[in-house]
Amino acid sequence: MITELVELSTTRNNPHIDPSMAMWEWQIPVYLFLGGMVAGMMIISGYFLFSGRHKESNCACFSIPTISIVLLSLGMFALFLDLAHKFYVWRLYTTFQFKSPMSWGAWILILVYPALIANILIRPAAWMLKIYPKLSEWAGKINQHPFLIKNIGILNMILGLMLGAYTGVLLSSMGSRPLWNTSLLWVLFLVSGLSAAAAFVHLFAKNKTESELLAKADNGFLIVELFIFVMMFLGFLSSPKPHMEAAKLLLSGAYAPVFWVFVIGLGIVIPLIIQLLAVNHKIRHTAIAPIMVIVGGLILRFVIVSAGQYSHWFNAHFH
Amino acid sequence: MSRYGMVIDTRKCVGCQDCVIACKTENNVPIGYNRDWIVTETHGKFPDIQLEIRTERCNHCSETPCVSCCPTGASHIHDVGGIVLITHEKCIGCKACVEACPYDARYIHPDGYADKCTFCIHRVEKGQKPACVEVCPTYCMHFGDLDDPNSEVSKLLQSRKWHVNLPDAGTQPNIFYLV
Amino acid sequence: MNSLSRRKFLKISGATVITAAALAGSAKTFVNAAESYSKPKGLQVIPSYCDLCFWKCGLLAYVKDGELWKLEGNPKDPLSNGRLCPRGTGGIGAYFDKERLKSPLIRKSERGEEKWVEVTWNEAFDYIADKMKKMKVTYGPEAMALFSHGIGGSFIKHLLRAYGSPNETAPSFAQCRGPREVGFELTFGDIIGSPERTDIENAKCIVLIGSHLGENMHNTQVQEFSRAVEKHASIIVVDPRFSVAASKAKYYLPIKPGTDLALLLAWMSVIVNEKLYDTDYISKYGIGFEQFAAEVSQYTPEWAYIETGIDPDVIRETAREMSRYKPATLIHPGRHATWYGDDTQRSRAIALLNALMGSWGRKGGLYVPYSYSIPKYPYPPYPELQKEPLDNPNKKYPFATGEQISTGIREATITGQPYPIKGWFIYGTNLMQALPNRDETIKAIQNLDLMVVVDVIPSEIAGWADVVLPESVYLERYDDLNASPFREGFVGIRQPVIDEPNDQKPNWWMAKKLGEKLGLGAYFPWKDIEEYLDTRLKLAGHSLEELKREGIIKGPKKPIYFEDGVEPEFATPSGKIEFYSSQLAQAGFDPVPRYTKHPEPPAGFFRLLYGRAPVHTFSKTQSNPILADMMSENELWVNADLAERYGLKSGDRIKLKNQDGVVSDPIKVKATERIRQDCVFMVHGFGQKSRQLHSTYKKGASDAELVTKYNTDPLMGGTAMNVNFVSFELEV
Repeated sequence: MITELVELSTTRNNPHIDPSMAMWEWQIPVYLFLGGMVAGMMIISGYFLFSGRHKESNCACFSIPTISIVLLSLGMFALFLDLAHKFYVWRLYTTFQFKSPMSWGAWILILVYPALIANILIRPAAWMLKIYPKLSEWAGKINQHPFLIKNIGILNMILGLMLGAYTGVLLSSMGSRPLWNTSLLWVLFLVSGLSAAAAFVHLFAKNKTESELLAKADNGFLIVELFIFVMMFLGFLSSPKPHMEAAKLLLSGAYAPVFWVFVIGLGIVIPLIIQLLAVNHKIRHTAIAPIMVIVGGLILRFVIVSAGQYSHWFNAHFH
Repeated sequence: MSRYGMVIDTRKCVGCQDCVIACKTENNVPIGYNRDWIVTETHGKFPDIQLEIRTERCNHCSETPCVSCCPTGASHIHDVGGIVLITHEKCIGCKACVEACPYDARYIHPDGYADKCTFCIHRVEKGQKPACVEVCPTYCMHFGDLDDPNSEVSKLLQSRKWHVNLPDAGTQPNIFYLV
Repeated sequence: MNSLSRRKFLKISGATVITAAALAGSAKTFVNAAESYSKPKGLQVIPSYCDLCFWKCGLLAYVKDGELWKLEGNPKDPLSNGRLCPRGTGGIGAYFDKERLKSPLIRKSERGEEKWVEVTWNEAFDYIADKMKKMKVTYGPEAMALFSHGIGGSFIKHLLRAYGSPNETAPSFAQCRGPREVGFELTFGDIIGSPERTDIENAKCIVLIGSHLGENMHNTQVQEFSRAVEKHASIIVVDPRFSVAASKAKYYLPIKPGTDLALLLAWMSVIVNEKLYDTDYISKYGIGFEQFAAEVSQYTPEWAYIETGIDPDVIRETAREMSRYKPATLIHPGRHATWYGDDTQRSRAIALLNALMGSWGRKGGLYVPYSYSIPKYPYPPYPELQKEPLDNPNKKYPFATGEQISTGIREATITGQPYPIKGWFIYGTNLMQALPNRDETIKAIQNLDLMVVVDVIPSEIAGWADVVLPESVYLERYDDLNASPFREGFVGIRQPVIDEPNDQKPNWWMAKKLGEKLGLGAYFPWKDIEEYLDTRLKLAGHSLEELKREGIIKGPKKPIYFEDGVEPEFATPSGKIEFYSSQLAQAGFDPVPRYTKHPEPPAGFFRLLYGRAPVHTFSKTQSNPILADMMSENELWVNADLAERYGLKSGDRIKLKNQDGVVSDPIKVKATERIRQDCVFMVHGFGQKSRQLHSTYKKGASDAELVTKYNTDPLMGGTAMNVNFVSFELEV
């Protein structure tokens, strides 16, 4: 039609879909956040194993896998809560759908658990030994093979990478939602997961060296994350209108306040400044910056999931 | 191979929702849910106005993000006519397909599974037309095999101007709107 | 999410709800399984005809394992051609409506308080019969008046005639199509009738004046309209609102409300001055053309522009366009014609324009319908009437012919003149929404000794009754035969396809039982309606069994156009098409329509217009759960620029206040380019106030509530309702 579209009305009124998509509520962002952070923690602990830091007696790496299992299970429980046809959840494991990120995710999660357990077994916690003393025997055997430990580290890093990337791919594979439809989303979620993980591990770092290392790493991740945001928005703003409109949702639209204040400001820039000052010994390391990073990462997932659902090919033609 | 599709004449459609109600009764669609619906586009400034009234539903696309994203294979392409269906007993209700559809054509049924238009395959396989097509008091809806050059739908597409919804979304929809 | 959407609504029959509620949710499958044992297995397809509106389309009801499944059009039916309209398709919702009346009710407190005692049918009939007998003695049988709409009222009508009352009316005359019928009868000697005799399908040029086909879902007309669109008929739409039909039109004329007659006169002046009319047709069948021509030629398009706002060139162009396709040019007579008070004259102008095109009796114009004549039941003659009907005393409205004036009966009920009306029997019409000025209706009701309402739902009018009788919905009952005049003669049956869920009863049963209580048993000689129907059908050479099976039986074919051999007959005093009406002149009215200016809304006020939506009929379908799912409340159409000036956006809720200070319920704004700035529009039938009908209670706003002012048509007593002005109350 030649003339301008001025009104658009639909008689459709499906729950959680109209007037705008809000099918995925709090469960999915929580799951994506916890999954991403656990992925980061697996990479960090895997790297610690790989680089031999586990030889130090008070390495944070020993508590990471246990906490990871707990957090990941919480995330998966959130995911389960989101399922509308819960009694059929077993259907995930009667098939593998090559094209489905969610199917990949389901199977990756199956592999993640043994990798985390193997990681735990390198040095089981005291309470575990109390419950099941035989664990120390197994741990002893593993520790006789440094090569095996290195490989467990590699395995944790690879699966962490897959898990972290998956949380982004799950969304970015959806061409239907312009905001998600960028190949940078998995990188963003991976890096954000790493930064949240670094911050989280930082909270229970066992010594100053570790704190320094994690803070430095986190600063790196945060800088990369900022860079990815810039790249992502440049990409959107040079794309067709639906993608442009999607980017504007975050930059200047309905989601702009929460995005700029909580994701960019309080979630990245301020903690980055604090940690830069800390690593340069201008101020002491505190829990403030890591907590800000973690909360910022969680809010990022909420913003992306919510704004992404709102972003639309059709709405883009009409306001 | 056959490829079922619809050709809908927006010139004739009055947006009466008969198709919506016929679908509702034929397929037991619960109150408050729509497998099909009416979209009205208003263009221009009073009194120089143009309307496009369309009856919309799942486009039974040739490129199917809703099928690709399904982790269990519940969302699938039927052997006959390339139509997109959902096996309720395989669906876990993860909503990925609902999110993946650029037309928002799917919803989660109150019983938990993803649901949408089936092109009334249970009728089509008996040689009948989908309920919405059969009921339309303006005769604006046509259903048939797009791969058959002699079908009514193919002929309409050859003889009239048409568009599809969201061609840029890359899904190759199989519902065509005559203008 | 409401509780209904939580389950498949079709599973909800009364029985299922009760049993399922008694057992735990997990036992639902068991309940359904258990239930299906007692019901007939398999699929039954039963023909009947629809009751969602007055069109009476033939349908096929599908009953699966004893549960009502769906309704489809009967392919044999010439009205539906096998396709029901959205309301008809959603008709099963009338059966599933949870808020249906379930048992007879007798009022236990003040009228209108909606407080009831549930009684047995016997108690209800005793109560009514007692009052009616006393009334007959005290005031005479004519003190009882009947308001009845739809074919379902035919047995109640019979009952009241047997009782001896001459007063029987429906709002479909004085509040709807009366002016149209009178205007056409004055011109051609015959009415348009229902279904309309419009040959839309074959028209090459269609002019719609305010008629919004497509939103107004009169099935055959919409089907034919669509075919006309397909065949590229030239469509001219005159409407202050850009209707759906306007979107199909070649010409859209955004007329100023209240000025349609100016446009019609200007069109006729162009046609007369440019000699664009059908000369042969007029000289053969017309009378008084010269006087007519002289009178209308004064109305130039330039003059009409000032009144209507329509460009004079467009007026000329559209007049020529009409003429180009004559006689297949149909100036649609509309249906709901009570607009401004000069509606009979406007309708007559439409008739005259059709006459100029030579379209009356011609293909593509207004064909000559016929019906399949089924003999009446051989009843004993009704008692001789003691008094004349009182709806139109002293022929105050000299051309109110054919039907009675509902508001005239209301007036007499208030004044007691010329004689008292002490009882109202109301069937199938919600007078609270149908009649203008609700206060007058309530005032009349307060004068009654007896008010009986027969309905399927606790409608607003039922709330004012003394006795409410719950009727079976159309899918559960027999009614009288339908043999509407149409393109072809046919007879259709309404028969039960499913049982009543509670103690509802069909109207024929009520009439017979009440008749017997009143000592009028002789007027109900048949055992049941099957015997009644079979008797009538046997007299026509058919049988009930045959019609029950077929649903529709067609009569012998006859021509419907003059050119196919219909003898042109005009039952006017002159026997011709009266371009100049001597009978109007004699009665002191304009023999050729003249333009009268109507008041325009003052600053800050907008003319209230109302109309139809495709999924509802009047105010009777709003509680149907399927139709409510399509549209549960109405919206107020406000011009987008106007809305912006008031700071209104689509979806905002406002109230309307009319010129008499009546304030509506809140209604959602639809800010749209599709309407003029001097008027607002809403769909009729919403904003209902029946406290027993929760699904409709104050959903949207009621136009009827805001129609406190009405102009009465001096020719026939129609009540024009488009004369109310509203302002916006932004604080809700």
